[in-house]
Amino acid sequence: MTTPSPASASTPRTRAPHVAHSPLLLVHDSWVEAIRHLRAMPRSPELLVYAAVQPLMFVILFVYVFGGAIVVPGYDDYRQFLIPGIFAQTVVFNSAFTGVGLAEDLTKGLVDRLRSLPIHQASVLIGRTLSDAVRNVLTFVVMIGVALLVGFRFEGTLPGALAATGLLLAFSYAFSWIQAWVGLSVKTVEAANSGGFIWMFPLTFVSSAFVDPASMPGWLQPVAENNPFTTLTNAARALYNGRDAGSDPWIALAWAVGITVVFAVIASRKFAATSRR
Amino acid sequence: MTAVVAEGLRKRFGSTEALRGVDLEVPRSTVLGLLGPNGAGKTTAVRILTTLLEPDGGRAEIDGIDVLADPREARSRIGLTGQYAAVDERLTGFENLEHVGRLFHLGRREARTRATELLERFDLTDAGGRVSGGYSGGMRRRLDIAMSLVGDPSVLFLDEPTTGLDPRSRIAVWETIDELTRSGTTTLLTTQYLDEADRLADQIVVIDHGLVIARGTPADLKAQVGGEQVIVTLADAAELDAAAGALAPHACGEPIADGATRSLRVPVETVVGAVPGFVRALDAAGVPVVDVTTHQVTLDDVFFALTGRPVEPDPGDGPPTGPDTEDSSR
Ligand SMILES: Nc1ncnc2c1ncn2[C@@H]1O[C@H](COP(=O)(O)OP(=O)(O)OP(=O)(O)O)[C@@H](O)[C@H]1O
Ligand SMILES: [Mg+2]
Repeated sequence: MTTPSPASASTPRTRAPHVAHSPLLLVHDSWVEAIRHLRAMPRSPELLVYAAVQPLMFVILFVYVFGGAIVVPGYDDYRQFLIPGIFAQTVVFNSAFTGVGLAEDLTKGLVDRLRSLPIHQASVLIGRTLSDAVRNVLTFVVMIGVALLVGFRFEGTLPGALAATGLLLAFSYAFSWIQAWVGLSVKTVEAANSGGFIWMFPLTFVSSAFVDPASMPGWLQPVAENNPFTTLTNAARALYNGRDAGSDPWIALAWAVGITVVFAVIASRKFAATSRR
Repeated sequence: MTAVVAEGLRKRFGSTEALRGVDLEVPRSTVLGLLGPNGAGKTTAVRILTTLLEPDGGRAEIDGIDVLADPREARSRIGLTGQYAAVDERLTGFENLEHVGRLFHLGRREARTRATELLERFDLTDAGGRVSGGYSGGMRRRLDIAMSLVGDPSVLFLDEPTTGLDPRSRIAVWETIDELTRSGTTTLLTTQYLDEADRLADQIVVIDHGLVIARGTPADLKAQVGGEQVIVTLADAAELDAAAGALAPHACGEPIADGATRSLRVPVETVVGAVPGFVRALDAAGVPVVDVTTHQVTLDDVFFALTGRPVEPDPGDGPPTGPDTEDSSR
């Protein structure tokens, strides 16, 4: 520590200008918060590696281990059926990063610091979910590489493939808000980790992602068929393979928007109440 | 003008009454020391004043702004260093400071200039480019304090700011607080170290079990507990009365004579600079003196007298973790 320079004691205070409660402020603060996480991302590349290794493992497991035993209607090549499902599962699993990261900020006291600043409070959650969306885009690039390596072919149109990808990312963004709520509710990193993952296994496996729901026991079929994750997978699968997707993309999009809106509200309320109780 | 006002703050966590009606007032450009044993409610009071916690009752103002009615305006005037260092361990020291600057809407360039300035001020220039997760506890604490100064706060809250710092860093933090006070900042600090409160605080408030049990200047509090004394030992016990008479103008209370030890205990406002006056007065009265000693009351005496408990053992490293103080939400 050095002695104070005379200038610093005599210059007028650079007190933060009073900024009105404007949407512009929300955008600015969210962006600054997103940058905080984006800066940190390349410093833990292992997180991105895990994110890429996991779909690789599932691809190997299902294509080479179970693949021979699985027959799906309408697809001669199981890979064309499976890979879109794995895309969907991976981006949805990735949403767990949001809850874990938030729980980490909470336990480290960073949330208290942020809350004591004159910022738009919602920016903490928006910045977090946006930076996780960026991570998801990076994961997607890696996943496409893996998919092409094991022989997956994009058989649809480019706009179709882009629409499918956008839909998957939108769904993952929606799930980030669920995870934000989980992370804020459980408050410890370990609990956010397990609490974030545990329910995603039945959600993604009791669906059309890996097998045809018609091959499941009777009581499980309606569950799998009405699972929004099935709708998402069917939409992405049809679009990537250039088949008729029907209304599935729109229904999946509606789910994504609905989940985002509902959980953004719940998570923001939780955030405001976490420490102010 | 009063920078911080709190009236009747009450807060309950389940069956624990953390605050049971606390009043505080901190005049502008002064330092208030909030003292109290573990679990007294210090952190709870700080969290309410910094808008992090809603009280069950009472009100609080920062610079005349009601923290409950207008938390955002209040936040633009405060700086907070919480009890546990809150830095983003993934970012460098510089990036942490720059980030807070951007959130204060300083603009990119201004935020960087401020970050550089603060790194220098807290002796972190060399470490500024390193990821803060690799900092020592003391460095992290200094960065944490620096982060609370980015917005040039009008009122600074420091919750045990020097716990875990080495002596040199502690003194450096004290000097920073002095300097901030001179330039108009108001500070509310909690501490476990009584010498720290004595050194820094203009006013001290002692709380225990959520209630204020004493308040005043460090000198007031010491006086309350029995004050300071000059002890004069004479050559001849017969001269005790003469000595008491000669020293009356210097005393702030009745001297206590003890014939057996031929000594006179004289209460004084402060022992600082008192001895030469005593010696001159006794010399002028022709009373032969054998010895003059002083007894200084420390804040430790005050603390013990008020709470019936000695000061907590030196926490040394890290926050204290008594069984009844664990903040379960962390
Ligand atoms: N979030 C919480 N939930 C439950 N109890 C709490 C919570 N926060 C504080 N308490 C309780 O309220 C009381 C006051 O706590 P506080 O942290 O304000 O004390 P403190 O004076 O800061 O203590 P220390 O010197 O240990 O930091 C304690 O009994 C504590 O256990
Ligand atoms: Mg405390």
